Amino acid sequence: MADTHEGPGGAAPPPDDGAVPAAGRDNGWRTEYWKKNLRLMVALLVVWFVVSFGAGILFVEQLNQIVIAGFPLGFWFAQQGSIYTFIVLILIYALRMDRLDDEYGVSERNEDGSRA
Amino acid sequence: MSDIQTWALIFVAASFALYIVIAWRSRVRETKGFFVAEQNIPAVANGAAVAADWMSAASFISMAGLIAFLGSDGSIYLMGWTGGYVLLALLLAPYLRKWGKFTVPEFVGDRFSETVRSVSAVVAIIVSFTYVVGQMSGGGIVFSRFLQVEQAWGVAIAAAVIFAYAVFGGMKGITWTQVAQYTVLIVAYLIPAWAVAQTMTGFPVPQITFGEILAELNRIGAEFGLPVYTEAFTARPQIDVFLVTMSLMIGTAGLPHVIIRFYTTKTVRGARYSALWALIFIGLLYTTAPAVGAFTKLNLLSGVQGAAVDALPSWVQNWMATGLVTVGDGVQTISTISNNPESGADLIINNDILVLASPEIAGLPAPIIGLVAAGGLAAAMSTAAGLLLVISSSASHDLYFRYVDHHASESRRLLVSRIAMGLAVLVAIYFGINPPAFVAQVVAFAFGLAASTFFPILLLGIFWKRANAAGAVSGMLAGLVFTATYMIYTLPVFGTAANDHVLGISPEGIGTIGAVVNLVVTVVVSLLTRPPAHEVQEMVENIRYPAERRTEVTPA
Repeated sequence: MADTHEGPGGAAPPPDDGAVPAAGRDNGWRTEYWKKNLRLMVALLVVWFVVSFGAGILFVEQLNQIVIAGFPLGFWFAQQGSIYTFIVLILIYALRMDRLDDEYGVSERNEDGSRA
Repeated sequence: MSDIQTWALIFVAASFALYIVIAWRSRVRETKGFFVAEQNIPAVANGAAVAADWMSAASFISMAGLIAFLGSDGSIYLMGWTGGYVLLALLLAPYLRKWGKFTVPEFVGDRFSETVRSVSAVVAIIVSFTYVVGQMSGGGIVFSRFLQVEQAWGVAIAAAVIFAYAVFGGMKGITWTQVAQYTVLIVAYLIPAWAVAQTMTGFPVPQITFGEILAELNRIGAEFGLPVYTEAFTARPQIDVFLVTMSLMIGTAGLPHVIIRFYTTKTVRGARYSALWALIFIGLLYTTAPAVGAFTKLNLLSGVQGAAVDALPSWVQNWMATGLVTVGDGVQTISTISNNPESGADLIINNDILVLASPEIAGLPAPIIGLVAAGGLAAAMSTAAGLLLVISSSASHDLYFRYVDHHASESRRLLVSRIAMGLAVLVAIYFGINPPAFVAQVVAFAFGLAASTFFPILLLGIFWKRANAAGAVSGMLAGLVFTATYMIYTLPVFGTAANDHVLGISPEGIGTIGAVVNLVVTVVVSLLTRPPAHEVQEMVENIRYPAERRTEVTPA
């Protein structure tokens, strides 16, 4: 790795509009990148928990009072809705991480700069 | 030979021929091809391979039947076996791919210590073996019903085909055959489901239309004295549904044969998209399964309700020959039904036949029934092959080369890995023919162990630099001992008496508590001992970023 030494330097200036700051040796970007990754991850996991364990298990009986197209709502979340939500969560994660990787210049590229 | 047999033979023979051709085209010459398919599998193909690897005989053959009898609480399998992919995609797969070696024990070996690696390799082998046995006997059921082949011969034929592509092609052969197997199994699952939805509701999308029949199903179920289908917690208490679902999710994310599939992609980004494709492909079957369960149950109940025993539909006769459907002694008309052989109901139906029999129950034509046979075999074989690879790689790469033969050359390593794979196939054949009586319960064991051993230390290994070897060893052992103890305490399979569940927690759900125990012990012991070496912390730092940073601007 090119920049393995832990730089004690101050935080890198925040990158603006996808441009990468020139301070290549500065590791402040690492903390920032990682924090953004964690924030996205936690937000998605909250949805993951609320839909599957919340709607599908903890509040399933209350939601079952509502019936749509023959499905009691809690039953629908437990047997259908949660799975659709999981797919959407991974999709959002993969797309947002593509953007984040590009923003911080850590996306994987071939020699010619195309996506690897 | 009946029509069904002829069609089953055609589809099974054609699919086997396809797998052999793929095996020949993807044979490998080095260990990187054998263990991680040269790390150049595209994300979509890898997603299909993950899906085939993941969806076992249990998903294809048994799950819809289980749901049909569990009703609403069948959601433990539906959510439990899909929700884990969110955890995999967000928490494990990209980082393990960035670190990029051959096996799961190898990661914990680099991150923690060689002791942890050896413990992990042994646990990986145990977990995978318990799982393989279920696949082999699942394949045997398909052979004995559709081709009227002795179960022993059926297992041997399926194993010979697996042997061909797993031993010669390793991960590369397995991956490309799994892509083909996914195609076979999903087509075989969806076509009858669409057909059944079309006949019963006039619209061929079962996910949407099975809502229409739920009220009818609740009504007819009540006449059989069954619990209300859509009502939650009729099969298990709420706390247990919660814990089992969680245990299956984190067990999924911790199963070695699933994790290693993400080592085969080209990039970290590829690992994320593989997880996405995998869940889309899995979701196709998993959203269909509850509909198949509901439709088939309604068909089944209305077909046999009040019927005289000598006037039962023909599928009952066909399946009675396999011993998986039985009519109680002296029963005149069917008024009770169960999946439990000890219930004393008039008609007893094994969970495993519901999907295989659903086209027959719905009166679909013979070619579709034959296709389902090929699909069931594809599901069993693809999972078995993935598991055999974990067994082979753990035994050769994580144990044999480290303890016995340190300086093996590349060609020798490949040979030893192939021999390990061959031996694993032989052991699997033996247990497939003589399945231990407790297979179903042992699969619960596999998930509980994966949840309480692998998942917590992988998670902490990636997200917490301070986690160290002493913590990981203590955490893993604590999780393992705690989970295994409770399972032995509550399950009768080890020759001990089964005790009552504590607080309504079933042995399937205990993995969740075991994982928490592991997590807490790892954190506490790590904090009480020295932090890991600087190089290790640097390694953890580096797996967080997909590539080295480029300072020049690249077009997005």
